[in-house]
Amino acid sequence: MAEHTAPAGAPASSHGEHKAPNYYLIWLILFVVTVAEVGVAFISQIPKTVLILILLAMAIYKAFLVAMYYMHLKFEPRRMWLIVTAPLPLAVILVVIVLREGW
Amino acid sequence: MSTAAAPSMEHGTSSFGVYNLKLGMWVFLLSEVMFFTGLIGSYIILRFANPDQFAVPGAVLNVPLTALNTFILICSSVSMVKAFADVQAGNQAGLKKWLLVTALLGMVFLGIQAIEYTVLASEGFVPMAERYAAHGRAGGHETLGGPLYGTTFYTMTGFHGTHVSIGVACLWWCVFQAYRGRYTANSHGGIEIMGLYWHFVDLVWIILFTIVYLI
Repeated sequence: MAEHTAPAGAPASSHGEHKAPNYYLIWLILFVVTVAEVGVAFISQIPKTVLILILLAMAIYKAFLVAMYYMHLKFEPRRMWLIVTAPLPLAVILVVIVLREGW
Repeated sequence: MSTAAAPSMEHGTSSFGVYNLKLGMWVFLLSEVMFFTGLIGSYIILRFANPDQFAVPGAVLNVPLTALNTFILICSSVSMVKAFADVQAGNQAGLKKWLLVTALLGMVFLGIQAIEYTVLASEGFVPMAERYAAHGRAGGHETLGGPLYGTTFYTMTGFHGTHVSIGVACLWWCVFQAYRGRYTANSHGGIEIMGLYWHFVDLVWIILFTIVYLI
């Protein structure tokens, strides 16, 4: 968020200078992918496993867009990425361990 | 929410290069990632261990209505980010307008979810329900799924709805503060962390919509 003007004596913006993303374009992509998701979900010819993978890929792509452009993660200092990505392997470990217990 | 009266919260900088309030929100959101991972992970395990208890997509749940709700939440993310862009630019009118739009869209989302719950409950689809019907969607009144379906559905969407409700309450607080002129181009940390929370709620719904309604 380049426009975040730091007051006198305050730390500079947490972001580097950058051009503001096209928020409406991101919105349009999110809308189109959501419509595509609903359409794909009801195509019975696609094998179930393939369908699940396609739907998950679409959802992750949408979540990625929201995090990168609406939450401005793309423009955060790289050190912040350490914090943001830290729980992701933990989340995977949590699911894998519970899966092993469940089956 | 940061205000001009409390600059230290917004302006103190962490070693991660962002101000402390924002770092705190990110850390909180990451704990939320683990919270929802626990819910979603449990759902996946229960779903695939007990496939007979879960109906096919669209048989019980109203997918078109929820797709509309998903779209509304996505729109609210756009309005939230526009509010942030406007306060950064010193556009007070834009800030107030977009904050109001965001709060109202959040309320519309909750209203539609309430309608969805009411209709589902009238069909007998409640937590732990052994038998329920799908009126007008699967073409009859047949029993579909088992008790795990309703329980997991209401647990996940209910917790998410609670997050949206808290977000809407905070948004109205931000609207109130905006009308008091508490956010400026130089001091708008409150809007930024409000936005982070709101976008996270949107992000979680994107995942939940796919896993609960479409798969």
